[in-house]
Amino acid sequence: MRYAETGYNLEVDLSTGNIERVETDPKLMENHLGGQGVNAKIIWDRVKPDTKPFSEDNLLIFGAGLLHATPVVGCNRTSVNTINPMTGIFGHSCMGGHFGPELKHAGYDRIIIRGRAPKLVYLYIHNERVEIRDASHLAGKGPGETTSIIREELNEPFAQVACIGLAGENKVLTASVEHGYSSASRGPGPIMGDKKLKAIAVRGTKDINIAHPQELFELCLRMKKWINDSDGCGDWMAVDEDDSFHHNNFAWGYSRTRIKNYWSEELQDRWTHWKYDNMDRQAGCYNCPKGCINVISWPGTKRFGYKCYGKDTYHMAAFKELDYTYGMLGQCLDWGVDSYSTPQAISLGIELYDNGILTDQDIPNFPTDPGDRVKFLLEKIVHREGIGDILANGSWWASRMIPGAESFEHNTVKKMEQLPIKLGKLNPAYYLMIATGEKMAITQIEGSFPQDPIRDPVKRKEFVDNWDAAPYQKFKDMFMNWEKRDQISIEDTCALTDWNEAMHYIDDSTGLCGFVSSFRGQFGGQVAYSFNNVPELIHLATGMDIDKEGLWEICRRNRDLVRCINNRLGMRRVDDDPPKDHWAVRDPELEEKLLDAYYSFRGWTKDAIPTKEELHRVGLDYVADELIQLGILDPNEGTPEQEAAKVAEQKLGGC
Amino acid sequence: MGEKVKKIVKTIRVDLDKCNGCRGCEIACSAYHATPKYSAMNPSRSRIRVVMDQFNDEYVPIRATDYAKAGCDGRRVYTIKGKQYSECSFCGTICPTREMFFDPDSGLPLQCDLCGDEKEPLCVQACPQGCLTFEEVEIEEEEKAEVKMDEMELGIKALLDKFGSQKIADTFNRLSQKG
Repeated sequence: MRYAETGYNLEVDLSTGNIERVETDPKLMENHLGGQGVNAKIIWDRVKPDTKPFSEDNLLIFGAGLLHATPVVGCNRTSVNTINPMTGIFGHSCMGGHFGPELKHAGYDRIIIRGRAPKLVYLYIHNERVEIRDASHLAGKGPGETTSIIREELNEPFAQVACIGLAGENKVLTASVEHGYSSASRGPGPIMGDKKLKAIAVRGTKDINIAHPQELFELCLRMKKWINDSDGCGDWMAVDEDDSFHHNNFAWGYSRTRIKNYWSEELQDRWTHWKYDNMDRQAGCYNCPKGCINVISWPGTKRFGYKCYGKDTYHMAAFKELDYTYGMLGQCLDWGVDSYSTPQAISLGIELYDNGILTDQDIPNFPTDPGDRVKFLLEKIVHREGIGDILANGSWWASRMIPGAESFEHNTVKKMEQLPIKLGKLNPAYYLMIATGEKMAITQIEGSFPQDPIRDPVKRKEFVDNWDAAPYQKFKDMFMNWEKRDQISIEDTCALTDWNEAMHYIDDSTGLCGFVSSFRGQFGGQVAYSFNNVPELIHLATGMDIDKEGLWEICRRNRDLVRCINNRLGMRRVDDDPPKDHWAVRDPELEEKLLDAYYSFRGWTKDAIPTKEELHRVGLDYVADELIQLGILDPNEGTPEQEAAKVAEQKLGGC
Repeated sequence: MGEKVKKIVKTIRVDLDKCNGCRGCEIACSAYHATPKYSAMNPSRSRIRVVMDQFNDEYVPIRATDYAKAGCDGRRVYTIKGKQYSECSFCGTICPTREMFFDPDSGLPLQCDLCGDEKEPLCVQACPQGCLTFEEVEIEEEEKAEVKMDEMELGIKALLDKFGSQKIADTFNRLSQKG
């Protein structure tokens, strides 16, 4: 009997219309858990490095987390993986809501989609019944209409629907997959459009077997109350209206302008009214008591939901206030565009126009007001009209397609827009996370170790004493000895980066949400899930014997595998590079040392490829063999540290 | 006239504004009623369902109440604070009009029993948000003498159960006119 997972994948080939229910190898769970972990393994095995993102051979995988459809609270994020057409590497993407758990109840751990339908279709899944259906009547429709039409025509009011809007249909690279008020950005939107797959509707009524159901249920019921009452879980921005942090510290416009004293009490009061006078409710995701999604009915627009920093990006691109974003978000949700990267592609366009790189010929009838300009360009992007057809590829590609624009582009890593953060002094931990991360969003990498030290030694001690989430004493010691943000040893920097990343790898594979787990611990330390309790939950759900070290090993394996997929697609050390102006004061010597040390820590070569020894250690020998065969990995090359030791030994031998 | 008697009535009060759509009530209900207890968690076996349409901001947890062999037309639509609700959104009747409160495997109806001996029904325990609260209300009721049905009444009751009163009345009228 398979526990926690269903043991079946749904394979759909949209080119041929072939649909298969395929039993999976139980070893996949032992090695990679589920979610993104298993998705990565499938992409390594089946998407060859010469596959173009927009091709029938690229896969689009909707993967439920290992703990989806178990009683584990706050476990609902579905991993949607593919080769991201913007970056050309493995696309990390996930969405909250109800999709993954419903998919498990339908009897599948994931849907693997290949091919391209001859015309717009949607996929209907009700347990064993799976159909590819015509979606021509849904063309151009937003998620609200698409969801209700599909539910009605199938007579499935409880079906969970994930779909693309017009932006995805038009293969806008910043398009996202929409599901209720959740969305999966960074890759899958345009791929779904390319595959001519408008939507997936899933309904499941089957049981999931749990190895130790009573213990798990009772534990989770207690945790639900705890999570509900805890300030250490959920999106605090849903309840704390002081958003001075983003507005005073993040850069406005095309990530250029900081307005340090922007926030004021008067402004906060006004914005708070805008929010609560128009708010319907704070909604949550499957089996989570938190209400992170602010649902707003703003006059003149469709009802929308947003969380966290999603309310800031449009007005910060346009130098406007919250009411401007509220006026936009209904339309943005309907079109299905990512609110993180899209405003940056737009504001690059505005900057290029202001600098004469783009002219009235390129953008006829361009308005003068920045707010009108953002709306104008957004519409062009979504429809891929005129200049919008270029900006729809994101700021990196657009700046390479428009003559004279390249030097203006300044805020991408691995070709993808980053949060508009421009700071003073280099922060070693953030340098490593931003440089070496492959998830293209710092919020998917940071999160367990606090961002800043606590200056007051009494408060610091108190924090550490209550820090249940710290997996080892060394992290507590590290924090106790930490005085100044940028003064932290290289060794400690590597260790805390590893912990931060590993927590996200837990979430990506189990389906847990970062707001009760990987992202949230850095703020206050009181988070629901950590290395100290997730092994027990996995054990109760799956029956697998697993401890902290074993779980960490799986995270390491999954991390190495994603890196190898990307190495095979051409990624190297040179790509591990933050935006040049992320910090005003850089320290190239320290940065090189940090990279070398981190690669050594991870068991990677100087060129950022996991060594043969490392891949053997994590049980990925077959990956090493292929990288060696392709001439990507030198089987004799060690980590920078090992190589330095070899050189030192040779020198000694010469004496 | 029957005698007035005091009765304790248990119920679950629902505050729609507090529902965040997590469906923890569905999970807990299905787990509690699984055999063996907690052996399966499956919202489609739950005796409480959240009728939910996020885009309409509609979140209504309803509990399975009585079984009705016949459905109704269910066509009434109510607008509350600008949001449209079908009357079915508030109806706990287990009826053939919709696929709700039937066990997905056996097709048998699933009725809320307020979790028998539990201190509080499980759905309430799984709702720290406070959308669902358990209440015991004392009411005074006239004690009704049990009525014994005769043969014809039993027959008509069975027909009513099966076809619903409207259909029976229509048929009766039609047949009576034919003479």
